[in-house]
Amino acid sequence: MPGKKIFISGDEAVAEAVRMARPHVISAYPITPQTVTVERISDFVEDGSLKSEYLHVESEHSAMSAAIGAAAVGARTFTATSSQGLLYMAETLPYASGARFPIVMMNANRTVATPWALLSDHRDSLSQLDSGWMQVYCEDAQEAFDMILQAYRIAEDPRVMSPVMVNLDGFILTHTYEMVDLPDQEEVDAFLPPYRTENRMDLEEPRTVCYASLDEYMEFHMKQEFDMRKARAVIAEVDRDFGIRFGRQYGGLLEKYRCEDADAVIFTLGSVTGTVRSVIDSMRGNGYRVGLVKMRFVRPFPEDEVVDIAEKVKAIGVLDRDLSIGYEGIVFSNVSSSVLRACSAPAMVNYIGGLGGRNISKDNIQEMFLELLRAADGEKGKRVRFVNVGSEYDG
Amino acid sequence: MPRPEVLDWLRKRFFPHMWCPGCGHGIILHAILRALVDSGKKREETVIASGIGCSSRMPGYIDACTIHTTHGRSLAFATGIKLANPELTIVDVMGDGDCTAIGGNHFIHACRRNIGITAVVMNNNIYGMTGGQASPTTPLGAKATTAPYGAIDPPFDICKLAQGAGATYVARATIAQPVICEQYIKNGLANNGFSVVEIISSCHTQFGRKNNRRTPLDNINFFRNNSVPIAKAQGMTPEDLEGKIVTGEFVKRETPEYTRLYLDLISRVGGNKA
Repeated sequence: MPGKKIFISGDEAVAEAVRMARPHVISAYPITPQTVTVERISDFVEDGSLKSEYLHVESEHSAMSAAIGAAAVGARTFTATSSQGLLYMAETLPYASGARFPIVMMNANRTVATPWALLSDHRDSLSQLDSGWMQVYCEDAQEAFDMILQAYRIAEDPRVMSPVMVNLDGFILTHTYEMVDLPDQEEVDAFLPPYRTENRMDLEEPRTVCYASLDEYMEFHMKQEFDMRKARAVIAEVDRDFGIRFGRQYGGLLEKYRCEDADAVIFTLGSVTGTVRSVIDSMRGNGYRVGLVKMRFVRPFPEDEVVDIAEKVKAIGVLDRDLSIGYEGIVFSNVSSSVLRACSAPAMVNYIGGLGGRNISKDNIQEMFLELLRAADGEKGKRVRFVNVGSEYDG
Repeated sequence: MPRPEVLDWLRKRFFPHMWCPGCGHGIILHAILRALVDSGKKREETVIASGIGCSSRMPGYIDACTIHTTHGRSLAFATGIKLANPELTIVDVMGDGDCTAIGGNHFIHACRRNIGITAVVMNNNIYGMTGGQASPTTPLGAKATTAPYGAIDPPFDICKLAQGAGATYVARATIAQPVICEQYIKNGLANNGFSVVEIISSCHTQFGRKNNRRTPLDNINFFRNNSVPIAKAQGMTPEDLEGKIVTGEFVKRETPEYTRLYLDLISRVGGNKA
């Protein structure tokens, strides 16, 4: 199939990427706003353009369990979920990562109940940050498409062998349409060769996978941690190779935008990045020295890159679309611990916004930058601010 | 138009409802409310629990003590409520996906315990809210977005499942019989134990358009023409019953209700002493 440009949604872009990645087994349970992805994949299996086994299971717990089962016999697998579905899967996530199965899952970021709400924030995926999964966040549908392909390459790399969760903001990315460049299938096959692994049940030499061990438990997870650290280099390497082959590159673990001489930068995850970019462009036009750090991977965490940024800027804002209730934003906690390693101490402000789909406007972002620039000049302010709420909540 | 005393049970600020025009669930909502009113229930002593799905939006529309829980788990929440206060009347409204797929485990164990809850299972054979995926009650051969060639998984018979698992009142009606729906729900409420009232509902939007029942009326007519009362079904061969909906009361028996056994146990072993 030759390459082409088509007008599709984020959900559909993921489905198209899954078709080109040729997984053997797909298991899924419907949940808004992920459903379109698995429906499209089911269409592809029906029309024969994707030769996979497609299982519609009775819950998300079963969806991940089936993916683990398939991976245990050496299959390339895919599943997708969102919000409550991801939380229901929670028991099986460390099972997959501990067994070192390179499963790729799309998560449509949606907030969690209660109160019940359908719209986007990152409370679902960030609650699973310690599950042993890599987590990448996408800015647009093209990146989502590209990251599904990259995710398989990274996950299946023998140096890594860990699962990847590819996150797309629910509705904002999953349900909006844009032009997406679909590469040639042959080029994709060359980038992503068939999956071969020793980490599987072997019919010639029967052995156990997902075993129990008390004696080696700690060393087992240390090995997992050391391999996850190696994944940082693999992520950068795969991104470069992808860039050479397809002409699109994302910066690996994170992307810096107009940071070169910036006094203040804002860290983002996901779709709000585009809004921050455009605010920076207009503020730069007025002489403000502001920049963006788009966090792409939160696990593995881009430690060295964050230290490097912290040594060059005077103020860092972290825009969290989540909240670890009782403390602060989860990304802020993670960024702060790396900033401590820097030789300088930039001012740090945590902006909590967009919970349950609350809008984060350009004006909100401009206010954050102006506050950060004042903080860069030494003004003391609050450590945690809530964005786009009444003054009685953030007075 | 509902009677004024039935209208009192509607939480009007939640309207308009989110169901598609012509959805069968409205008929069931009305039947539940009539059954509650005619059974002399009070709003402040009645709990309506639900999980996730179109059917599970129902508690929002009922001005009683209501709780909208996670997918498939409403019976677990309801069990906690009933044990904490056995005097409450509890109606658990569920869909086929909620009840028999993700929540199947809780369903069979609620049946087994015979806890005093009335489960109203709205079976429209499909996941409606998420866009028409096959559920455990999608009939063999019926089409769904995840079963484009027709379902090959044998469906559950919810009433047989409930009967096998130990529910003490089990009945089935269709939305083409609103008065019978109301009667069965009343009988379920009167049963001191776990009651299952399966109501065959319609989703013309997701199920109907793929299975030649595109309009609400197509569905009502289908139910009317394909329902067979138990008494008649008993004289029919399995071949004759293929594709038919057997309606009626399948189980009506008395065994001790769970919270009663639980409280008896506490007094027997000397609990609750100051």
